[in-house]
Amino acid sequence: MPTVSVKRDLLFEALGQTYTDEEFDELCFEFGLELDEITSEKDIISREQGDEKAEGASDVVLYKIDVPANRYDLLCLEGLVRGLQVFKERMDAPRYKCVSPANGGEPQRLVITEETASVRPHAVAAVLRNITFTQERYDSFIELQEKLHQNVCRKRTLVAIGTHDLDTISGPFTYTAKAPADIRFKPLNQSKEYNATEIMSLYKTDSHLRHYLHIIENEPLYPIIYDSNGVVLSMPPIINGNHSKISLNTKNVFIECTATDLTKAKITLDMIVTMFSEYCEEPFTVEAAEVVYPDGRLCVYPELAYRTETLSGDFVNKKVGIDESAESIAQLLTRMCLRSEVSGEGDHIQVEIPPTRSDVIHACDIMEDAAIAYGFNNIVRSTPRTYTVANQLPLNKLTELLRQDLAAAGFTEALTFALCSQEDIADRLGKNIAEIRAVHISNPKTAEFQVARTSLLPGLLKTVAANRKMPLPLKLFEISDVVLKDETKDVGARNNRRLCAVYYNKSPGFEVIHGLLDRVMQLLDVKPGRNQGYHIQAAEDSTFFPGRCAEIFTRGKSIGHLGVLHPDVISRFELTMPCSAIDIDIEPFL
Amino acid sequence: MADTGLLESLLRLVEKVDGGIDSQDVAVSLGVDHQAIVGAVKSLQALGEVISAEQKSSKHWELTGEGCEIAEQGSHEARVFNAIPAEGLPQNQLMKMQSGKVGFSKAMSNKWIRLDKAHEGGPRVFKTVETIEDTVRDKLQLVQKGQSAKLEEKEKNELKKRKLLAEVTVKSYWITKGSSFSTTITKQETELTPEMIASGSWKEKKFKPYNFEAMGVAPDCGHLHPLMKVRTQFRQIFLEMGFTEMPTNNFIESSFWNFDSLFQPQQHPARDQHDTFFISDPALAHEFPQEYLERVKKVHSEGGYGSQGYKYDWKIEEAQKNLLRTHTTAVSARMLYKLAQQEKFTPVKYFSIDRVFRNETLDATHLAEFHQIEGVVADYGLTLGNLMGILHQFFTKLGITKLRFKPAYNPYTEPSMEVFSYHEGLKKWVEVGNSGVFRPEMLLPMGLPEGVSVIAWGLSLERPTMIKYGINNIRELVGHKVNLQMVYDSPICRLDS
Repeated sequence: MPTVSVKRDLLFEALGQTYTDEEFDELCFEFGLELDEITSEKDIISREQGDEKAEGASDVVLYKIDVPANRYDLLCLEGLVRGLQVFKERMDAPRYKCVSPANGGEPQRLVITEETASVRPHAVAAVLRNITFTQERYDSFIELQEKLHQNVCRKRTLVAIGTHDLDTISGPFTYTAKAPADIRFKPLNQSKEYNATEIMSLYKTDSHLRHYLHIIENEPLYPIIYDSNGVVLSMPPIINGNHSKISLNTKNVFIECTATDLTKAKITLDMIVTMFSEYCEEPFTVEAAEVVYPDGRLCVYPELAYRTETLSGDFVNKKVGIDESAESIAQLLTRMCLRSEVSGEGDHIQVEIPPTRSDVIHACDIMEDAAIAYGFNNIVRSTPRTYTVANQLPLNKLTELLRQDLAAAGFTEALTFALCSQEDIADRLGKNIAEIRAVHISNPKTAEFQVARTSLLPGLLKTVAANRKMPLPLKLFEISDVVLKDETKDVGARNNRRLCAVYYNKSPGFEVIHGLLDRVMQLLDVKPGRNQGYHIQAAEDSTFFPGRCAEIFTRGKSIGHLGVLHPDVISRFELTMPCSAIDIDIEPFL
Repeated sequence: MADTGLLESLLRLVEKVDGGIDSQDVAVSLGVDHQAIVGAVKSLQALGEVISAEQKSSKHWELTGEGCEIAEQGSHEARVFNAIPAEGLPQNQLMKMQSGKVGFSKAMSNKWIRLDKAHEGGPRVFKTVETIEDTVRDKLQLVQKGQSAKLEEKEKNELKKRKLLAEVTVKSYWITKGSSFSTTITKQETELTPEMIASGSWKEKKFKPYNFEAMGVAPDCGHLHPLMKVRTQFRQIFLEMGFTEMPTNNFIESSFWNFDSLFQPQQHPARDQHDTFFISDPALAHEFPQEYLERVKKVHSEGGYGSQGYKYDWKIEEAQKNLLRTHTTAVSARMLYKLAQQEKFTPVKYFSIDRVFRNETLDATHLAEFHQIEGVVADYGLTLGNLMGILHQFFTKLGITKLRFKPAYNPYTEPSMEVFSYHEGLKKWVEVGNSGVFRPEMLLPMGLPEGVSVIAWGLSLERPTMIKYGINNIRELVGHKVNLQMVYDSPICRLDS
């Protein structure tokens, strides 16, 4: 969930009202936000870098507000204020307009060349005319781009934003792709020119930019945008040029978004212009720009598309569980920036979805907004009449019953991890990983998560090792799932429910573990015997001490092993005493 | 039992004093080792209220081995002084003495002796005074006689520094008369025997009283794991509410069922390598319900069923990727798809409690695997109010009655609600679960009838368990680093009390 940090006093000023922390928290809760933290720059620095560094930092109160991941329109102060003011019916949602340049001027044009196809094929653009920045607005403008980059732009992989002082450059602009050695410019806030290869190595150690290098690093051609005089605007998705850098005095802003996903690029552009056109001479008005595709197609951006959905009051009432008139539902929706009116046809409501609400893609999204405006906690809680009979999963029922009786038999239940290292299930048990039908994880952060376990035994032995201080004997069991590769399943693997127990003491206690097997079989109503019953038979298994291992059969089918563990296995788990164990599949007893 | 003679001598001593006597003094006056007296006290205590004894500890000074030697033979410096004849002694000879080294330097600093380095035949040591006073020995002798109080603190510390004195702590008893004090000892019977019952001799016997303050002997038994005890209770609650258990015994899942079927777009951050464990072997799932897959593809990339869709290029390669399921909702999706394939829709209530996996950063409350509790209800005409009602019933069974709901976002539910309960201890609202109504873009491609709503909620099993059993670090609860003593000692689980 993205967190937006805003200055409290600035927020209250914009809302035209001051709140206590509790009151504001309550407002957030109702609207679906979360006041996550109340802090200040000073607090943050002193927490991260110590009190000394924090000396002199600002102690202006900051609100950190958690915003739902699909509400890009709430990622800056401007959007938050607009959303809350409309919600509290203190203002009407603005209408965003895309206009042609004043005085019949030519629109700015961005021409895409075909070289971009292989690396980053899409681009959209727009112009904010006669904007007035203040330090706060400027900071918010930069911060919003960063938030969008982190969220809808998926860390710049889908979309990268570049904003430029239009008065320092001249169109038409060309979006192309070139070999790194052929790109040369002075990057943002640098004092000299570099070629693209040098730029990439320059930012290898940059705490912020190094995370984006991988996006184009291995591409033969890098995306690049020039103006008509060959001035570099940006090398997306890495860095802008220094030449067109915006400042507090910038009056006209050229915005370009390059992308691998056109839908997301349009959303991103819409968000920036709807949020910041507020500060233009003519508020909420955006100047259109043209984008020409390699095939000659010409598109005009930003789209700022309004869409109308029609739904019935009855639909909303039935889904939410309220009983409101169509008029009052329309009013609820209008408070959520979804301008609505009753169409006159039955209880039909016409709902207008503004370009800021890209999250509304279905009538159910509209219904939710009605419920939020109504107040989730004002909805009457009622019990559904759904009549059903409960059933337990037979495998879990068997597991529950066996667990109780294993504890009654004096064994204590362990709960171990389903993921472990290759070593745990192979080397340490005296087995070869190549011969185990284990499921392997491709992206483990540590060796603890290399494979899904194929046996419960390593987990139990590690539990014993972590509890060597406890009085002997240690008698542990676990009934849980292991995972085995299985071609016959759609995903190529299946779980297998197993029962494993260990006895750890000064003497091996084979008879104890054997006795446990007899008890388990008694509980499962399987009698000793070769054909219809169970029996054990000497076996060789590298986990066990030679001559001290037997395979367990029920109704002629092998279900597992029991025996005294091999001394090497014991040592590999950092244990010092003899240990016996049983490991069986319980699924045949369903 | 200590010997009766000693016990009776002890009792006679106690009889004579008013207000009690220290066991150390008893040892001195009876001339026996203190340990024997301690034994006697314990034996007497076992007889009931004959005496009462209160343990106390006291510190006192004692000579070390070297200290004893000095008390007997004099300090090193005195011994050096005494060894020097009037004509002096060559230094090298003096140094060969047992006390030579220490004694020489001490005697020098006391100015008892002098060294003539220029003496012919080598350096020679001479007395400088006629007589000396061996204060070190005197002080040690005082301590030996038990009169250490006569020494100043500074002096004692000085001697301690020279390793001649040591401060020792002695545990002793302050013995006073008990409520049934007597100077003679009657032997009491400990336990009733079959013979006493047969012969009736129990009638004449006096039985030793039980110590009801002591703990009993722990029964020899096994124990269930606390997390599993809580799981059993949650299972019970769902069963009481008429929910049927889902088969969640499939940790490995395809991205298709884990994400795509839930209308979670392929660029969603949860599908990142950073958040999800992907599988290298078997890397891909190879079998999907083909028609359904086409419908899922369409609703993602183009929309449909009244939805705009996400408008991106949906790829089968992404959907095929195997992973460790990140939520049990993947199983709910399979179950709802199965339900949709029935000839006629029947309402269902499903639940599951099982492991899920996240490739996240680990800390005191987060592990790479945890148990998810999930409840799902599918029926015609379910409302958001119904979801709140059922959550109210569910949480009431957990002993939580004060609930409120916050609008939230989840890719596969709309509306989505976070469930908060009022925590009386913390005096604030805390999040206890997540809930929502499954999106039509998830349900309709499965083939469920249009009017059917599916409401669902989830929470983790670990968090309520940690709160219930007062555990702060999740590793002490889950995994092999568990403290077995905690498992042995954990009470039964009643969630509503």
